[in-house]
Amino acid sequence: MTDLIASLYIFMLAAFVGFEVIRRVSPLLHTPLMSLTNALDAIAVVGAIILAGEHKSGLAAVLGGIAIVASTSNLVGGFIITDRMLKMFKTSKPKKP
Amino acid sequence: MSQLATPDRIIQIIYLISAALFILSLKWLSAPATARHGVWAGELGMLLAICATLLHKGIVDYTTIAIALVLGTIIGVPLGRVAMTAVPQRTALSHAFGALCVTLVGTAEYYLRAPHVPGFMMAVLSMEVILGGLTFTGSLMAAGKLQEVLPQRPITYKGQNLVNLSLLGIAVALAVMLVLDPGHTRLFPLIIGIPLVFGVMMIMPIGGADMPTVISLLNSYAGLSAAAMGFVLDSKLLIVAGALDGSSGFILSVIMSKAMNRSFTNVLFGAFGQVQTSAAGAVEARTAHSATAEEAAAILGAANSVVIVPGYGMAVAQAQHKVREFYDALMKRGVDVKFAIHPVAGRMPGHMNVLLAEADIPYDKLLDMDAINADFPQTDVALVIGANDVTNPAARTDPGSPIYGMPILDVDKARTVMVIKRGMSPGFAGIDNPLYYLDKTLMLFGDAKAFVGDLVRELAGGSH
Repeated sequence: MTDLIASLYIFMLAAFVGFEVIRRVSPLLHTPLMSLTNALDAIAVVGAIILAGEHKSGLAAVLGGIAIVASTSNLVGGFIITDRMLKMFKTSKPKKP
Repeated sequence: MSQLATPDRIIQIIYLISAALFILSLKWLSAPATARHGVWAGELGMLLAICATLLHKGIVDYTTIAIALVLGTIIGVPLGRVAMTAVPQRTALSHAFGALCVTLVGTAEYYLRAPHVPGFMMAVLSMEVILGGLTFTGSLMAAGKLQEVLPQRPITYKGQNLVNLSLLGIAVALAVMLVLDPGHTRLFPLIIGIPLVFGVMMIMPIGGADMPTVISLLNSYAGLSAAAMGFVLDSKLLIVAGALDGSSGFILSVIMSKAMNRSFTNVLFGAFGQVQTSAAGAVEARTAHSATAEEAAAILGAANSVVIVPGYGMAVAQAQHKVREFYDALMKRGVDVKFAIHPVAGRMPGHMNVLLAEADIPYDKLLDMDAINADFPQTDVALVIGANDVTNPAARTDPGSPIYGMPILDVDKARTVMVIKRGMSPGFAGIDNPLYYLDKTLMLFGDAKAFVGDLVRELAGGSH
């Protein structure tokens, strides 16, 4: 039970940190923001890896395997496209002093 | 936890570092100058977390993992290389993949543990698969609409909201039954199946104009379902990542619905795209003034300041690169050129900025609505390219208008307004735009790309 409460605290604190950090993201970068958070969300792959790797049942291994494929494609695709987008943003001013 | 806590503890500490890197990643994304560091931090965090997980001592089957990782990469790389105009549907698709992963893991966890699932665990597990399921099909529907594989028009029928709410109600009721007795394994397929149907039904009545809000909302759901998965697996890292993603999607949804002057419930239950014929009845025969490219170029070339208002129509016409040439031509003549970006320009939050950045337009020339609106009264020419509703002054003045109250770009306050448009037909939402009939408005009829090309040619010719 204490572990559960600790997890709820972590969720709450992370949500607040998320609000504060993301509120500051310029509207200019809202699309890369969404693709980056998507890529980070693919950390679910960690759960899928354990599920597939532990191979506790045939069903778990199959579902886990598909889940790894789905999240890895998000992870790889998400980072690639975010970086591609961010590379395009250039300023007209000379480099910062 | 095991008595030999050392390897396990190392894994946990690596996860902790990953979580910190994820937060830094989003923090660095706040400004264009540091944004790419954000991607690198995220990548490093992800790499560390995956390597740490592979050290997990319970893992016996590395082959499945390796094959799945390779397959995922093979699918992921092309998804990272799509055209910038296709980013909204790619994003929707990735919400679907994320939700799929979460739903599958939740399903497997249930069958591994049933019937010995504690009440709280069953509650979060239900939340995980309900949110995951509806996000999966909902995002696929959204991606289909954005890719124009599915009809973009809202599909509505009588009693739609009632049907949708009852579906959701049944899913929640089933979840409660499972919490009370997790041994009802026969109920579990229903708790996945019903949200899958609900996801489709939920997106059906939503029109193309509402896509930015819907994508953000689905983003939030995807994040929350991942956080729920974190609770089920007792993975603090997943809870943190899910909470970050959930709050990001939530903030974006709030920004988007504010920009359209609508509430969440209105977006989800309102079917905005219904044709607004009632308002159009009382239109008297008004005349609009039109101008040729030559006339328009003369005015633009003589202006001191020009604000370009791009809309999704510009992107559809693939005119952004011509717009860049046009921008160069005006800058060369010493005209001050800026771009006014409405929050819902494009098909997802911030989409228009990406499209213009791709055409090499410097980002410091891209100003959001709040930053640019005060400038319009001092602007010589406001040039609207492929935008419509976001420039409609009726949103400010006509309480009868369906978009009344929606924040708009105050284009009508500029000294001269030019609108590039194919014809006089109303826009996406079917609402007439009084801007077109103002005395100071010049309609430039034609295809956006071709017309901007003509303007560039005229401006170049005039300077010799």
